[in-house]
Amino acid sequence: MTNAKINIYSSETMGRISSFQSLGAVDGPGLRCVVFLQGCPLRCIYCHNPETWHPEGGEEMTASELFRKIDKYGSYIKANGGVTISGGEPLMQARFVISLLKKLKENGYHTALDTSGMGDLKEAETLLGYCDLVICDLKFTDSEDYKKYCGGDAERVFEFLKLTEKMQNELWVRQVIVPGINDSAKRVKKLREAAYKYSNLSKIELLPFRKICMHKYESAGIEFKLRNTEECTAEKLSELQLTVEGKKS
Amino acid sequence: MRNEWKGFNGGNWQECVDVRDFIRQNYKPYEGDEQFLCGPTCRTQMLKEKLDKLFEEEQKRGGVLDIDTETITSLTNYPAGYLDKENELIVGLQTDKPLKRGINPFGGIKMTREACRAYGYELSEKAEEQFLYRTTHNDGVFRAYTDEIKTARHCGIITGLPDAYGRGRIIGDYRRVALYGVDYLIECKREDKRLAGQGVMLQDNIRLLEELFQQINFLGKLKEMAALYGYDISRPASNAREAVQWLYFAYLGAIKEQNGAAMSLGRVSTFLDIYFERDMENGTLTETDAQELMDDFAMKLRMARHLRTPEYNELFAGDPMWITEALGGMGEDGRTLVTKNTYRMLNTLYNLGALAEPNLTVLWSKDLPAPFKRFTAKVSCDTNAIQYENDDIMRPAGFGDDYGIACCVSAMRIGKDMQLFGARANLAKLLLLSLNGGRDERTGQQVAPVSPSYEGEVLDYDKVTASLDFYRTWLAKTYVSAMNIIHYMHDKYAYEKTQMALHDTNVHRFMAFGAAGLSVLADSLSAIKYAKVKPIRNEDGLITDFITEGEFPTYGNDDDRADSIAMEQAELFINELRKNPTYKDAEHTLSILTITSNVVYGKKTGATPDGRKAGEPFAPGANPMHNREKNGALASLNSVAKLSYDLCRDGISNTFSIVPEALAHNAEEKYRNLVSVLDGYFAQNAHHLNVNVLSRNMLVDAMEHPEKYPNLTIRVSGYAVNFHKLAKNQQKEVISRTFHVAM
Repeated sequence: MTNAKINIYSSETMGRISSFQSLGAVDGPGLRCVVFLQGCPLRCIYCHNPETWHPEGGEEMTASELFRKIDKYGSYIKANGGVTISGGEPLMQARFVISLLKKLKENGYHTALDTSGMGDLKEAETLLGYCDLVICDLKFTDSEDYKKYCGGDAERVFEFLKLTEKMQNELWVRQVIVPGINDSAKRVKKLREAAYKYSNLSKIELLPFRKICMHKYESAGIEFKLRNTEECTAEKLSELQLTVEGKKS
Repeated sequence: MRNEWKGFNGGNWQECVDVRDFIRQNYKPYEGDEQFLCGPTCRTQMLKEKLDKLFEEEQKRGGVLDIDTETITSLTNYPAGYLDKENELIVGLQTDKPLKRGINPFGGIKMTREACRAYGYELSEKAEEQFLYRTTHNDGVFRAYTDEIKTARHCGIITGLPDAYGRGRIIGDYRRVALYGVDYLIECKREDKRLAGQGVMLQDNIRLLEELFQQINFLGKLKEMAALYGYDISRPASNAREAVQWLYFAYLGAIKEQNGAAMSLGRVSTFLDIYFERDMENGTLTETDAQELMDDFAMKLRMARHLRTPEYNELFAGDPMWITEALGGMGEDGRTLVTKNTYRMLNTLYNLGALAEPNLTVLWSKDLPAPFKRFTAKVSCDTNAIQYENDDIMRPAGFGDDYGIACCVSAMRIGKDMQLFGARANLAKLLLLSLNGGRDERTGQQVAPVSPSYEGEVLDYDKVTASLDFYRTWLAKTYVSAMNIIHYMHDKYAYEKTQMALHDTNVHRFMAFGAAGLSVLADSLSAIKYAKVKPIRNEDGLITDFITEGEFPTYGNDDDRADSIAMEQAELFINELRKNPTYKDAEHTLSILTITSNVVYGKKTGATPDGRKAGEPFAPGANPMHNREKNGALASLNSVAKLSYDLCRDGISNTFSIVPEALAHNAEEKYRNLVSVLDGYFAQNAHHLNVNVLSRNMLVDAMEHPEKYPNLTIRVSGYAVNFHKLAKNQQKEVISRTFHVAM
């Protein structure tokens, strides 16, 4: 080979896609296509996409095939919206995501990564270079909780967030509010504190814990541990949202 | 210049009837937002309350408030009627009392008789006697129908033919009465008649002469009708209030004379804006006054009624009139046709509450002013009462910038085009018929020419489509023949005298065919092509069901394998129709539209290879079948957008329902995202979109507790309807449709 530099982010890179949603309007700004990738290193107790956990599931596709699929929606999403890569954990397929994002950026799409932040930081750095917005689900600020409810190390998330600051990605921080676990004003204030450390933060978004995913667990024969936990009410959520935005103590 | 025209810019419109030129020379495009709009006045609110009570009473009495079984409807047969004589700004009712329905047996006496009976009335002997020696449209049609047509009609492969009532879908240019006054219009028609009389008398111009005689006669009656209310419309309207009143009188004359299924209004808001602006400049009209006039006008339109039978209501549910008003769009000179009065018309939905009529239709263009796009999206989110159609494909398709929409999706140049309407053919049933050698899959009756039934244990795509080709030829010929008979007889026995008087004498005619069940046919053929479909036969060898094994792509997922089948089948059908000559050389057009007949069509169609059970409803219009969409809303829109408007010039209807939370978290984002959906969809040359922003749970709740949602309005296929006016099975069908949700 005469050219020593091999393009490891080729558009022929294969990825595993769990599902594709042509109209997503709640994962990032404007009207968006959302790609849910297969595979996740975490096992969050409230996860609503258990079908994405296993890295071997889903449908195989090359980055350019997926790009062509997304590009059919350009007339809807280019002007005011874009593409969100979600999962699963997209950082698990970083090379594939890089190839895809590169192609999307070349073609004028706004790109967002919906992630837990669990991934190889070196690869993540390259990936973030093609990303306009990072939506990071900071599941728990307390490392014990993080371990207990998600099976992961919270420190790695903070390192990832630092990286987004360095890379100057716009940052949204999210958290799912589960009644009885993290629905106190005190917890939410801690989230606010943690998130505002990053100068690239532009929004904190609280999401309600819901149980519409129950049937997925049942059909997969997996136990849903929060079966008896109540859903987070809209009233509670908007109250905590005010707290997290510092509009209410 | 005539006194009534003072302050207007001159132009060709002063030399001959040319309303479009008048608009171009005089209108003021408005590119601002809705902040200038006014709420309802006390007078408007008082009238609205009165009207709401009548609506309530009408519902309580089973959908019809009262029937005058004695008086045959016509322009001058009823004394003047009022909702509130002292307080109305715009006057005129179809009969002597609000919501009282007249009888119109010209289309068919049987239907009138049955309609009276359905609501506990009996058609008067007087009316029966009057029609004893008179041929109705319906009589004429059935004298000429062949046995083959009757069988096709009966088994439900061709349904909804306007052979027992007015054909409708004709839009008079009601603006002409306001701009020119009736005397000038009579003068022009007399001149046309003189010219038509110069040639050798042969059937075409003999008929034209008679039609012109009738047109002139009815323009005279229109003047008499207005005189009953104390107005002289022989001269042009001289101010805003008169312009609205004159225009409404013209429309009223049309609906007193005709009971066509769709009696559309046209494109009047921007025309009226010119009068409003002139009065405002003269200091004789305020914004409050202008809105009040539009509110009063809209209330009149909301009171329009025709007497229908229960069978009719199955096809066209919810008592619709399709008083379709086209709003906005762009001019051919690049200026927007949005004016302040376009906003006022939409604002009637806030001032009077959401309601189905008039059927407000926004002509969408990528170039519409951004504040207007946002406002229409807001109206959709707040009311679910409006629909959108693609001005950027209709304007260059020969319709120009002064067309209206007849019924739901049929574009026509106002006063220049008319259409010969004719319901639709059931393409899903055609497939079953062709598998069964021309026999009806439900009864075994021989409906179409005999050929061998499908043999073999698994359906083969090429064999099936070859058989489909054979029967499509038969269907097209039978359908065109039925339409030709219908329109020949309608012209003979129920000619639209008032409406045609408000057209140019030499009109362009479309013959509007329709297709139902396109998505069922596409998915069924896809199943045959990509999966394994085994026919199940009953003891008579009739194929009545299927076992489908394996996966197959379905229409509605932006998958070319399935979508291309839908595209191809639409093309094959219009091409086949075009091979048959039409009455009066009308131009063949095709719509993919069902109104609510998708339920009835489903009922009349056996099980299909796509897995749809016998009797199950079709998807409405060009919609993908319910709950087969796996890639979300935009993928579904993309599939429909692939159907070619060039081939389906009578329109492609798509109804889109999305739950509010899936569109965005907050209101402004919702509007912005809905605008993106519309811009993106129409940029791909899609034709039409009904938009509902509501949740299934709300509809379920409304079904159980109607009292909680008295005015719940939803878009069905090309029109809006009060949810409670739908029959239970239709409500259930609406609820079973796909509601796009957030993932």
